[in-house]
Amino acid sequence: MNPRKRSPLDIVKTALIFPGTAWLFTFVAAPLLGVLALSVMQRGNYGEIIPALTLENYTRLIGFGSFGFDPIYLRILFQTLTLSISSTLLCVVMGLPLTFWIASLKQPLRTIMLVVVIIPFWTNLLVRTYAWQIILGPTSPVSSLGQFLGVLAPETGFYPGSVAMLMGLLCDYLPYFVLPVFTSVERIDWRIWEAACDLGAGSASAFRHAVLPQITPGILAGVTLVFIPSLGQFVVPDLLGGARTMLIGNSIAQQFGAARDWPFGAAIASAQIVFALLVMTWLKRKQAMEGL
Amino acid sequence: MKPGRVFFSAWAIAVILFMYVPILVVALFSFNSANFGSVWRGFTLQWYGSLLSNEKVLSCLSNSMLLAVTSTAISTVVGSLLGLALARFTFKLKPAVELLMFVPVIVPDVVLAIGLVSFYALIRSFTGLLDLGFGAMLLGHVTFQIPFIAIVVRARALKIGRFVEEAAVDLGATPFQALRYVILPLTAPGVVAGALLGFTLSLDDFVVSFFTSGPGSMTLPVFIYSSVKRGITPEINAVSTIMLVFSILLTLTSLRFQRGTDKS
Repeated sequence: MNPRKRSPLDIVKTALIFPGTAWLFTFVAAPLLGVLALSVMQRGNYGEIIPALTLENYTRLIGFGSFGFDPIYLRILFQTLTLSISSTLLCVVMGLPLTFWIASLKQPLRTIMLVVVIIPFWTNLLVRTYAWQIILGPTSPVSSLGQFLGVLAPETGFYPGSVAMLMGLLCDYLPYFVLPVFTSVERIDWRIWEAACDLGAGSASAFRHAVLPQITPGILAGVTLVFIPSLGQFVVPDLLGGARTMLIGNSIAQQFGAARDWPFGAAIASAQIVFALLVMTWLKRKQAMEGL
Repeated sequence: MKPGRVFFSAWAIAVILFMYVPILVVALFSFNSANFGSVWRGFTLQWYGSLLSNEKVLSCLSNSMLLAVTSTAISTVVGSLLGLALARFTFKLKPAVELLMFVPVIVPDVVLAIGLVSFYALIRSFTGLLDLGFGAMLLGHVTFQIPFIAIVVRARALKIGRFVEEAAVDLGATPFQALRYVILPLTAPGVVAGALLGFTLSLDDFVVSFFTSGPGSMTLPVFIYSSVKRGITPEINAVSTIMLVFSILLTLTSLRFQRGTDKS
């Protein structure tokens, strides 16, 4: 115990720290630990939870279910990874030039364009996602063009399918990439780049060695903010993937809904939690969290 | 202008347009007189008119509003205190709190939602409390609002600098007086900005609400989702457009208050 008498400052300090800390431990830490605990329990015949330890849920996840080897969840994982990685890469390709462009503008245009990029971030993700059903549906102009060019079979559309999911993910998560990257692009010290050019570096090599290292933390933060949440996206596969598409996000939802297998759903979610925590600690070490 | 520069600007503007395509399409089709589909049949305002007499929409709207107001009230107090604490003090649990704050930002919504659902089920099995419904949604919304509000308030508090409160204490203020009369008024714009963002987050949330809602507590986004599952109608586009406009106005107001932060 602290032998010192509690000073007024201590009381103020406790009053500030306690409520938020207690809340986060109760409603963030405890539920996530609960999910980890649930993932090693068993499911009863009626969907009830039996608190007997098992690794069954994890072996099923990697393909060894009760009916022999069936890599359905490995396939789901692979599909999710493919889609998330493609949308992350496209975010970089589309977003990185955008951040440099905004940073190159003069005030007040620069602030205005930044606000223009921030606004979609704060509008309803569900609405922005279902909009792609209209844009890419079988009767839409885009799909008609696809049919005309022979990319699509007649009477079909880019929705439902992977193209629609990719567009949905890309559009939903672009602001998550642009904002942290912009913070670091804005702080670039261009004198280093000039020095590199003066010393005879070509513009590509000057960018690679004098500019890129300065924005790496921002890019890492942006890539994480796109990649990790998109791995668990539930609305995008559910609304844009069509009836047969299963990704990690909606398979978790399915286990907690119709399938009523909470322990197995918890195992899929646990894999996500552990992965997210690993990435966060790695980022913290790379000091990439500052821009957030 | 150099050709490189033109290409660069065109690329950037195209990317921004791409981000706005879904928003614009939903707004456009809310004025479409066709009953369904992605074909334009002419301009009408009838879908906005019919919303006013749609009881389901109105009751979901009032649920959403009630939820957003109450959750924002709680999370603004808790989140602002936490933001101030993080800006001013070092304490043993600080690294853990900073990690937990990023969890709702980075962990997918579904994972947070099913975590809460399992946690509620556990509490319910011991106490009989926390049935799915308004209360369960409220706790969930406060949980994802706190980190955002704390981050905005912390940023504001860090910009004020320590010397102001040290001056107040040197002039004889007690720590409580320094907090009440010096720090709180100076952080107030950050608190307002944070509260507005928290309100927007609550109003727009779908995933946490979807998993924790019960009978009779359906919010507007959950209603939109279940309608879209049956097929998009211009009426749903009209509801969505109103929500989009409302979020945009809230965000712009919040940014105003945050910009006040930059000037000082």
